[in-house]
Amino acid sequence: MDEIKRFNWAGWLALAFLLCLWELGARAAPKLQLYVPPISQVLAALGPLLREGTILKHLAITIGRFLEGYLLAAGFGVVLGIALGYFRFAHSFVEALIELLRPMPSVAIIPVAILALGIGDAMIVAVTVYAVLWPILINTIDGVRRIEKVLIDTGRTFGLARQRILWQIILPAASPYIVTGLRIGLSIALILVTTAEMIAGSKGLGFFILDEERSMNSAAMYGGIILVAALGYFFNRLFLALESRAMRWRRGMLAREAF
Amino acid sequence: MSILEVEALSKSYRQANGELTNAIGNITCRVEGGEFVSFVGPSGCGKTTLLMSIAGLLAPSSGRVMVNGRAVAGPPENLVLLFQEYNKSLFGWRSVLGNVCFGLEARHQKTGDTRKKALALIELVGLKGFENHYPWELSGGMQQRVAIARALAYEPEILLMDEPFGSLDALTRLELEDVLLSIWAELKTTILFITHDIEEAIYLSDRIWVLSHRPSAIVEEIQIAFPRPRHQVSTRAEARFMEIRNAIYQQIRN
Repeated sequence: MDEIKRFNWAGWLALAFLLCLWELGARAAPKLQLYVPPISQVLAALGPLLREGTILKHLAITIGRFLEGYLLAAGFGVVLGIALGYFRFAHSFVEALIELLRPMPSVAIIPVAILALGIGDAMIVAVTVYAVLWPILINTIDGVRRIEKVLIDTGRTFGLARQRILWQIILPAASPYIVTGLRIGLSIALILVTTAEMIAGSKGLGFFILDEERSMNSAAMYGGIILVAALGYFFNRLFLALESRAMRWRRGMLAREAF
Repeated sequence: MSILEVEALSKSYRQANGELTNAIGNITCRVEGGEFVSFVGPSGCGKTTLLMSIAGLLAPSSGRVMVNGRAVAGPPENLVLLFQEYNKSLFGWRSVLGNVCFGLEARHQKTGDTRKKALALIELVGLKGFENHYPWELSGGMQQRVAIARALAYEPEILLMDEPFGSLDALTRLELEDVLLSIWAELKTTILFITHDIEEAIYLSDRIWVLSHRPSAIVEEIQIAFPRPRHQVSTRAEARFMEIRNAIYQQIRN
């Protein structure tokens, strides 16, 4: 049932075509090159930046904030989500609060975070945690609530204590939902880190991109954007690889149901 | 002292629309160690509620359940309920072996023997070769075998079975009935079985309690004296078998 991973020629060809279009288009309009330099110039600018290491420092800082925020949110979200999913009583207390806060664009919390925490790492990590918490929390609650009652009763009739029911039944049974929340949270984390760095950072890729834009250094700005994109791509691939290992049972189950 | 005593058990609950339902009227019965006893009754007569109450998963409205002379307050340690919805009660994230090991680990600490014992049980229920399959890769009959092996792995003194073969095709059903009987003969587990299939109950049991419609009550107790081991063809062909079947059928109809 394992699908053979083939190199996606068509997809990469389309990308190469778009890059060529960019290159030729930018060359055809020299007046616009201040805003859109040819991709060759962007890569030429990125080379020294990477070699000197300045942009790598920004990259490292962004990765650090990203991981800190994401992992904290994942930990909080899963623990809180399981508790709220399991204890209906607790959930009814916070349900309205969740429903009110969740639709608010998370970036709107940045000014509040600046007021409370000042400008710096703590603020950036805090807003990231805040934003990433929602999808993980809501999916975990949902996953726990959707567990078949007979699964819990199975644990009970086999004499399992609550704690073992939690670890051996609730957690694995809710894991497909939890993983979905974690996957959504991944892209949100990068959005929030970059945005917060743009608004109130003096370091990090978000700061770098905006700083280069303000210095009218658009080739370096695009270089920064490419690096953020690569970062997002890398973490997403890493996540999918881990997910497909951990959730192999689930994939087969869904494939079977689709028949 | 009987291994299982049900004393004046009744259960009523409120439905979603606020209506009070009397599921179980007033049931008193005893099961002796090593017996195979069945409840037979019409669909919707509260059989599942009765078994859930005996298993300590539902609190009765009144009356009590005693296991080995001790009143049941929660799920008793030496008793396992095999659910009707076996496909939902299996752990999808564990292989067949993992599911059976769960039964062993639930009762005892994990030891070096766990795997060996689990493999033996898997063979006992006829699933040798499927140890590493996941439940969704198996047919309904095979899933039910996994559920049975997992329950047996727990080494319960009392096994409660809620219409375990209800959703299987007729041939698989007959086959699993015999699998169950041979396991029961070997392990001497006490089995309390629920079914709406009268012939299945007669074929399997030492005794049958016929249940009435809601609120369910025992309307008759019937001793089944056919010699063991029983045989799907000859036992079912006996004149007495049909007599009992018809008597129970009349009882349930009324």
